[in-house]
Amino acid sequence: MIGLYHPADSPLHRAPVGLKLAVLLGAMVVLFGVGGPVVVTVALVVTVVAYAVAKIPWRLGLAQLRPVLWVIGVAAGFHLFTSGPQHAAVVAGQLLVAVALAALLTLTTRVSAMLRVFETAARPFRPLGVDPARVALLLALTIRCVPLLINILGTVREARQARGVGRNPLALVTPAVVRALRTADELGEALAARGVDD
Amino acid sequence: MTQAEIAVDRVTHRYGDRTVLEEVTVRLTEHRVGVIGANGSGKSTFARLLNGLVLPSAGTVTVDGLDTRRDGKAVRRKVGFIFTDPDAQIVMPTVAEDIAFGMRRLKLPEEQVRQRVAELIARFGLSGLEDHPAHLLSGGQKQLLALAAVLAPEPDILVCDEPTTLLDLRNTRRFSALLETLEQRVVLVTHHLELLENFDRVLVFDEGRLIEDTKPAVAVATYRKLMT
Amino acid sequence: MADTRRWRLARLDARDLAQIAVFAALIAALGVPGTLHLFGNSVPITAQTLGVMLAGSILGARRGFLACVVVILLVAAGLPLLAGGRGGLGVFAGPTVGYLLGWPLGALVIGWITERALPRYPLVLGFAANVVGGIAVVYAVGIPVQAWVSDVDSFVAAATASLTFLPGDLIKAAIATAVASQVHRAYPALAARRAQKAEAGDRS
Repeated sequence: MIGLYHPADSPLHRAPVGLKLAVLLGAMVVLFGVGGPVVVTVALVVTVVAYAVAKIPWRLGLAQLRPVLWVIGVAAGFHLFTSGPQHAAVVAGQLLVAVALAALLTLTTRVSAMLRVFETAARPFRPLGVDPARVALLLALTIRCVPLLINILGTVREARQARGVGRNPLALVTPAVVRALRTADELGEALAARGVDD
Repeated sequence: MTQAEIAVDRVTHRYGDRTVLEEVTVRLTEHRVGVIGANGSGKSTFARLLNGLVLPSAGTVTVDGLDTRRDGKAVRRKVGFIFTDPDAQIVMPTVAEDIAFGMRRLKLPEEQVRQRVAELIARFGLSGLEDHPAHLLSGGQKQLLALAAVLAPEPDILVCDEPTTLLDLRNTRRFSALLETLEQRVVLVTHHLELLENFDRVLVFDEGRLIEDTKPAVAVATYRKLMT
Repeated sequence: MADTRRWRLARLDARDLAQIAVFAALIAALGVPGTLHLFGNSVPITAQTLGVMLAGSILGARRGFLACVVVILLVAAGLPLLAGGRGGLGVFAGPTVGYLLGWPLGALVIGWITERALPRYPLVLGFAANVVGGIAVVYAVGIPVQAWVSDVDSFVAAATASLTFLPGDLIKAAIATAVASQVHRAYPALAARRAQKAEAGDRS
């Protein structure tokens, strides 16, 4: 799984993940905590500059915003009628900048680097019974399983079409889940054989 | 330490009230041992006893002096296991990560891990696929990857449960040729009788009992008669 | 039962890990276009919450919860596992993130209710569990977050959510219940596993 990482050579790509996360968090606090037209305008400019520095193609940048546009539109529309155009613009700007900045971190950070962050973040929870190595294993195992499950759903759907079993979703989901569970049993056995329970 | 010997002593195993193995006693010291039998004859359970994946309902299994019940961890380090479906035993997203998995669990130095991964990738014909997602490999490549990954932490014994059942003829031959080059002791459960030609000893299971324990040619003849 | 105190701390064994990973992957796979079009591909309704409901109904509270947490972590790590290939931290800054964060809690509640009845799986209870956990709990997290982030009334957020998601979610709850009922019958080992595990104690 390649993920959403966009490889390029830029200071943002090279910066340590921890630093990027801290800056992002700080930006969110200012953006939503302080707010106001000035902050939002400055943030908007900073965001555009940051995308340029990270050498993200503008199309890819805009694509990050597409999924949230309709909710932002609903919110902006609401504010347009209740509190006027300026507030509507500020809210919409806040949301757009927040999503764009967070997405920028993902675009400039490898999945593996983020997974290492999680593993590290799990350490303080050791006294609660959380084992960071197992967290890492579980995440990697899931990445491995995604294509397996896509494959299972595909195979079951083909079988359903071949037998001409109508459009009943149960005829697809039940066999898929049963096969998924069987796969889980086999994987569990393989993990045990490789010493995961020792 | 102790002698190199797999000792199965008066083992009976039940799943619920179904008995799958009954009073099996056998000592294996040979380099290559084959196991054959019909579906449901108990041979898969027998294989799983050897690395402690299944603990016997009665009786004991020891591998080179280690009891699978008491020393499960040490037994699993000593005995690698290959399953039938290569897809279900690859646990990491990429080829190199899966081969490194067992070694990283043993906390081997990263330099050594990398070197050994490179070595195994070359030996098993997976060169150029280091960072390749495991799911994009062919079935045959996947089983070779499984074999490489299990051999990486250097077990003394390799137990294979019908490893070639899902492979085509060419990959079956390739897999078996690789098995022949191993210095490890091998226990191979299989329906592909021709793979056992050069084996030192073959066990035949029928309905949970060990009914024949002999040279490959004789065992295969017994099995063929059993199947008619 | 003692279970409720213990679930946080008990170690996950290899089979738990595998089941959690497989169901997390199932939730992800249900977001891939074409894998399952229950309602056609036009509406923003995805089958992913069906996966959430199945995780709770079939794996139970603890493993169902963790399967959803794993999906969220992988999305945060930058994998495009949400419907329409969405993923990355941008999702977490968006107004609908609450619905995503509601998944683990929803699966937890579904699992908790379902486990009261297992090994039996009465359809009415199963459906109630899926509606309460998979819809009410998920919305209870999603709506306030959406209201807060986009600075609108909870009522407006609630209205948007209900209009867009509710019909599909009710159908999904019904499907999840029917599937869970068939699976628990075909695979009784699942329900028995908890008891069996407690009994087996320290197997390895």
